[in-house]
Amino acid sequence: MFNSIFNYFYQFLDSFSFLIIAVSGLAIIFGMMGIINLAHGEFIMLGAYIFTILAKASVPLVFAIALGTVFVGIFGYIVDKLVVSRLYGRALDSVVATWGISLLLRQGILILLGPSIPGLTTPMGTFAVGSSTYSIYRIVLAAVAIALLAGVYWLFMHTTFGLHSRATMQSSTIAQSLGINTGRMYSMTFMLGSALAGLCGALYAPTMTITPTMGQAFQNDSFVTVIVGGANPLIGMTASGTVLGVIQSALSMLFGTFFGKIGLLVVAIIVIRVLPQGFSGMIEKHMVKGKR
Amino acid sequence: MKNKIKCAVTTENISAIAVFVFFLLYPMLHSAYKVLNMANFLITVILALSLALIWGYTGIFSYAQAAFYGIGGYTYAIFCKNFANPSLTPIFLIAGVLAGFLVALVLGYFMFYGGVNDVFVALVTMCFTLVLETFLAQTAGPEWAIGKAQLGGFNGINAVTPLTFGAFPVKGEALYALVLLLVLAIYLALRIMEKRNLGYCLLSIRENRARSEMFGYNTAKIQMVIFAVSGAIAALAGVLYTSWGGYIVPSAVGMTQATMPVVLVAAGGRKNPTAVVIFTLFYLVLSQNLAASGSQYSLVILGLILLLVVLFVPKGIIHSLFEIIDEKAAVLLKNGSIRTGGKANEQKNP
Repeated sequence: MFNSIFNYFYQFLDSFSFLIIAVSGLAIIFGMMGIINLAHGEFIMLGAYIFTILAKASVPLVFAIALGTVFVGIFGYIVDKLVVSRLYGRALDSVVATWGISLLLRQGILILLGPSIPGLTTPMGTFAVGSSTYSIYRIVLAAVAIALLAGVYWLFMHTTFGLHSRATMQSSTIAQSLGINTGRMYSMTFMLGSALAGLCGALYAPTMTITPTMGQAFQNDSFVTVIVGGANPLIGMTASGTVLGVIQSALSMLFGTFFGKIGLLVVAIIVIRVLPQGFSGMIEKHMVKGKR
Repeated sequence: MKNKIKCAVTTENISAIAVFVFFLLYPMLHSAYKVLNMANFLITVILALSLALIWGYTGIFSYAQAAFYGIGGYTYAIFCKNFANPSLTPIFLIAGVLAGFLVALVLGYFMFYGGVNDVFVALVTMCFTLVLETFLAQTAGPEWAIGKAQLGGFNGINAVTPLTFGAFPVKGEALYALVLLLVLAIYLALRIMEKRNLGYCLLSIRENRARSEMFGYNTAKIQMVIFAVSGAIAALAGVLYTSWGGYIVPSAVGMTQATMPVVLVAAGGRKNPTAVVIFTLFYLVLSQNLAASGSQYSLVILGLILLLVVLFVPKGIIHSLFEIIDEKAAVLLKNGSIRTGGKANEQKNP
């Protein structure tokens, strides 16, 4: 009995941390700029490649993760300066443009580095509960996901950057007239979102096969999480990560991984029908009602 | 009346007539193989036009056109496998189109009645396409069969009966003629609609959804129906493709195939069906010649075109060309007896 409960809990933690870590970069960019970065999956892939190449060159894992994060962040900054910053306020065009970037990255890496590079084995070994064994690394990932949520909360609620970015999010015109450089805020946000995508790639690289198309595994789930979560990155990410994590892990355990993925899509379509603003829209509405 | 005819003399209309005359003469001037090849290009033109209707006219960025294409193709193939009688194939064609229509209708209902906005439509349709491809690719086992039709995983469904009217199989030049007729019909429908109430209604939804709603239009319903119609057109292209090649595979729903109409429509000029037809033709001929020199670069080229067009010619290459030529012609003919139509002229004679 305890074993199966723990097994489910472990599966849930796994789905939850996967969704949170994969979606954080996308959700921050979307919440702040209203732009969906369709190259998000490819940024994750880039992070995984940088991490794997560094780790193979016997750079310590923690440094490799940090460097992967930083490099993809810088890459995101360059992409923002060259492309995205020219498309502020043209949300649909930016979708098409970032889609072009993602095609370029995926095919470019395929041409440069071939269909796959050898990955690492999952570090840290396993532990046993009852008759089943579990990976310690997955538990670490869950801890990272929670730390990430806490970090994002701290960043947006307790720093000057957070204050300025929330102001820009609410009304960029007024924020601008109060002396906030909104263009710079957008660039910083895009860089931060890209860095988080790089972090995601670096964290999940040891658990996956490293291929140019690996980003798509993240892409679908993270889009669904953003759709279900709604505009507010913090509330939306937490709520939808939890709910979708429960649904995905339950469906995956009962019917297999594929139905877990189908279930996510079905839930997303139903949620947007019932709650067009996503979970964060619903929660914010009720909080506002409570205050009145 | 005379003025009306003069107004119709625009670069766009002249090029449209030239292109369709080219299509009409093509089978007389080229070998049977080339004609069949061109028929395939025309099928892609239908797919691109379906996106022009939903994205260019109505302003809904749909990534699911390839999915509807696949649904049409698979429906047709499944029916053909279950009923061996080839004279029933026209009914299967209708069934395929209907399947695309219904799936799009249901998806559209959930999206547009849910008040989903533009970027989210892109995401939902993209997820839909991804899931459909994943699903079809994992149907290799014998348990994935509908009646006698094995879905066949990556290999798809092969040896599908071609479309047959009575005892007359639609192959080669007959298929070319049928596809050309359909392209012409869809193209003309789009062009005529542009100047009718329905077209204006779609354009108003594209330009400002909230305002159209305030004017009393049921925007959600219109969006849903147009989305379904464009799904049906995409499914028609899928059925024709399946009949053309005799097979349908999951990669027909895949990433490259899903991106293709987006690139074609965006780069040609999404608000202008003529530009879409011309660019599609131009691109397919070019990419087929490029494919000989290394197809791994074709996605890079697609991505680059997409990026450069969005950054530098957001209206689309061909559409912008039309406008430039119209303006130049208007300036050149300013003092002459011939007046041109188009934008430049409208500005001068309000």
